[in-house]
Amino acid sequence: MSIEVNGRTVEWIENETIKDLLKRMKYTFPLVVVKIDDKVIPRSDFSDVIVPDNSKIAVIHMISGG
Amino acid sequence: MVRARSHQVYTQNIGKNGKNMNKEKSEKIKKKLSESSVGIAGLGGLGSNAAVALARAGIGRLVLVDFDKIEEKNLTRQYYFLDQIGKSKTIALQDNIKKINPKVTIDSYDEKLEKGSMEKRFRNVDVIIEALDSAETKAAFIEEILTKLPNKPVVAASGVAGYGHSDRITTKRLGNLYMCYDENAPSSDDDVLMAPRVALMANWEANLALEIILGEDK
Repeated sequence: MSIEVNGRTVEWIENETIKDLLKRMKYTFPLVVVKIDDKVIPRSDFSDVIVPDNSKIAVIHMISGG
Repeated sequence: MVRARSHQVYTQNIGKNGKNMNKEKSEKIKKKLSESSVGIAGLGGLGSNAAVALARAGIGRLVLVDFDKIEEKNLTRQYYFLDQIGKSKTIALQDNIKKINPKVTIDSYDEKLEKGSMEKRFRNVDVIIEALDSAETKAAFIEEILTKLPNKPVVAASGVAGYGHSDRITTKRLGNLYMCYDENAPSSDDDVLMAPRVALMANWEANLALEIILGEDK
């Protein structure tokens, strides 16, 4: 019962949304791109999509500048 | 004197062993690049420098998208000149690239990327480079491209502001998304944007695009 977030193994919590997970991981950057098992999750779905057990999650911070 | 000696060693080495092989390799690369295309979203510090690097490398076609006009403050890091202030970035960059490598085909679009159709101009390129400024537009662009064009490689950059800390930059690959990434960098809302670091990341993006097109250089 665990998931992998940016290479770190963390506990899986039932019915946890992406929004909750980002909060739990203390990812405070307002702008991130999230992929679950290599699938992009649109930001508009962060509070609806439930993190599945055994999944691999990548969270990329977008920082302004270009 | 040291300089002359090292030059001699260099020519001797390629003369003896690798000369024919190098020529064959460079011809192959030249051909492949001339048949390839890269689309660039945003022609500021990242986009203008990446475009010039790819033009010098011999890319066949560039698709350039930006709605902005050149301002004096852009000259601290973007590939434009004083006498181009007020011009649209698409036209100015096209002019500058033609002075370097007139063989590059350039399709430029003087328009703003609109949410919902951000992928429009990039459907027919081999690699897309994200070179936008605000974090919000970057995230929206990446999300839209990865969703709508799932097989298209996208090179993006995050963390270009400030100076120094070159070796904090890494390449992060997630499927078809290649990030030139420094997650500890400040935001450009809080820090300066300066040529060395911006151009470093722009060239990092261009270099990644080459690697995607040509395959890893072993």
